[in-house]
Amino acid sequence: MNAVIAVRGLHKSYGTVEAVRGVDLEVAEGEVFAFLGPNGAGKTTTVEILEGYRERTGGEVTVLGLDPAKATTAWRARIGIVLQTCDLQPMLTVRESVSLYAGYYPHPRPVDEAIELVGLSADVDKRAGKLSGGQQRRLDVALALVGDPDLLFLDEPTTGFDPAARRDAWDMIANLRRLGKTVFLTTHYLDEAQALADRVAIIKDGRIVAEGRPNELGGRQTAGTTIRFRLGPGTAPGQLPPSLAPRVTEAGDRLELVTDTAVDDLAVLCGWAVERGVDLGPLEAIRPSLEDVYLELTDSQ
Amino acid sequence: MTGLKLLLHQYRYDQKTFWREPAAVFFTVALPLIFLFLFVSIFGNQPVDLGDHTVKGATYYIPGIITLALLSASTVNLAISLTTLRERGVLKRVRGTPLPPWVFMAGRIMTASAVAVFLVVVVTLIGRLVYGVELPGRTLPGVALTVLVGTASMCCLGFAMTAIIPSENAAPAVTNAIVLPLYFISGIFIPTDQIPEAMQTVAGVFPVKHVFDAMLYAFDPSSPGPGIRGGDLLVLAAWGVVGLVVATRTFRWTARNA
Repeated sequence: MNAVIAVRGLHKSYGTVEAVRGVDLEVAEGEVFAFLGPNGAGKTTTVEILEGYRERTGGEVTVLGLDPAKATTAWRARIGIVLQTCDLQPMLTVRESVSLYAGYYPHPRPVDEAIELVGLSADVDKRAGKLSGGQQRRLDVALALVGDPDLLFLDEPTTGFDPAARRDAWDMIANLRRLGKTVFLTTHYLDEAQALADRVAIIKDGRIVAEGRPNELGGRQTAGTTIRFRLGPGTAPGQLPPSLAPRVTEAGDRLELVTDTAVDDLAVLCGWAVERGVDLGPLEAIRPSLEDVYLELTDSQ
Repeated sequence: MTGLKLLLHQYRYDQKTFWREPAAVFFTVALPLIFLFLFVSIFGNQPVDLGDHTVKGATYYIPGIITLALLSASTVNLAISLTTLRERGVLKRVRGTPLPPWVFMAGRIMTASAVAVFLVVVVTLIGRLVYGVELPGRTLPGVALTVLVGTASMCCLGFAMTAIIPSENAAPAVTNAIVLPLYFISGIFIPTDQIPEAMQTVAGVFPVKHVFDAMLYAFDPSSPGPGIRGGDLLVLAAWGVVGLVVATRTFRWTARNA
């Protein structure tokens, strides 16, 4: 496993304010890594240090074998950056914009290929200013891709997208994985991290509070399943099968059962309900979502 | 070699961007021409007193409008467009590519200079064809040198000015608040013989008057030799150096409001 990004004990202070207080990170080649955290947690500061925009106060940082604080043009040629907010030159067409950026790189990808990758082939002669928000974001990604980088930074790539545009963007990022690119993704959307990332790290108050595969984060793989259901009028919780009744608690207008043996418990519950003709209402079996873990870890009220 | 190739690449796209921006083209290219027609129409071609001799009204206004055009294409254009690119994140984005920063800067300066030279030629031709202003022949070196030194210095000052412009919205206001009064007291809009001495002295501190004086001298048929005003050009060059030093120390690639 080759580390494309390796960070040890990263610190960054602005005057007396410590924005980043000892962050360790490692991202392997070909990995899609999602970096999550509330606003002001040190997320952007960390990313900008990795991208070579900001100097750090302390710690060791290696990105593609080089310290970003000593960025060279050869190093920049191997990195693609999509910023959180960046307007494009509105008067240039899609093809012109991509051609302009292609000219900056020593071994660019063919312009039409980069446009194809982000799904803008039908709009090559449209001016950037006339594209929709989602299309502009995709053009932005094409600009980052045309240099054929090994590592791609995507800062909140789908913020402000409608659901359909987000799905398209996800497909596009999945495409990048197929190209073997390493992707460092920051996002506010937990479903996005869940859908795209191989690994996730959560930053809070300048420290990493959790790191791991999206479905293992915060002990999710061992956490219990919650079964929620409703009993029709005339049926009391006490009438439930004896193996379930003592463990059921009330949650609002529904009943809740937290269990590590969800399949067995559901079989008993459903068998009982069918036999008695009881409608269980909106029956649900839920595992804690990444969002639950995230909210718990970052204590957002 | 590759640097030069990159520069030409950047320049080609900067030119495209400039000419497609209706507001920039109007303020930079059309406005000076509109002013030219207005001034000559209002003040007619009555002679302007230059102290020891007089020149035709049009001979006075053509170098004035050239000065205005030169500043619009360089200082004003750069200060506004660079602030806009900075605040919209375009500069930051470019900084993240392998494009060397100097190539980006040089590309903008080349674009501004090309537009300035284009305007100088257009205004001079209009002066000749419409108002019968004599084409500078013997004094052509004076015109060329003033355009060269003037554009270079004014571009540097345009870069430097971005340091005091906090936002995209403030850019046109700040820029115009600086150059408009200077146009007035430097004799661009109102002939020098109608401007009080004290104001002319104040104007002499700033570069606009020196661009104009050097240009007027080069267009004045009674000027001797190649029409070069060394003193004015030196002051301009000094302003250029100040601009360059300030620009290299204060220029930001990232938005103020980030």
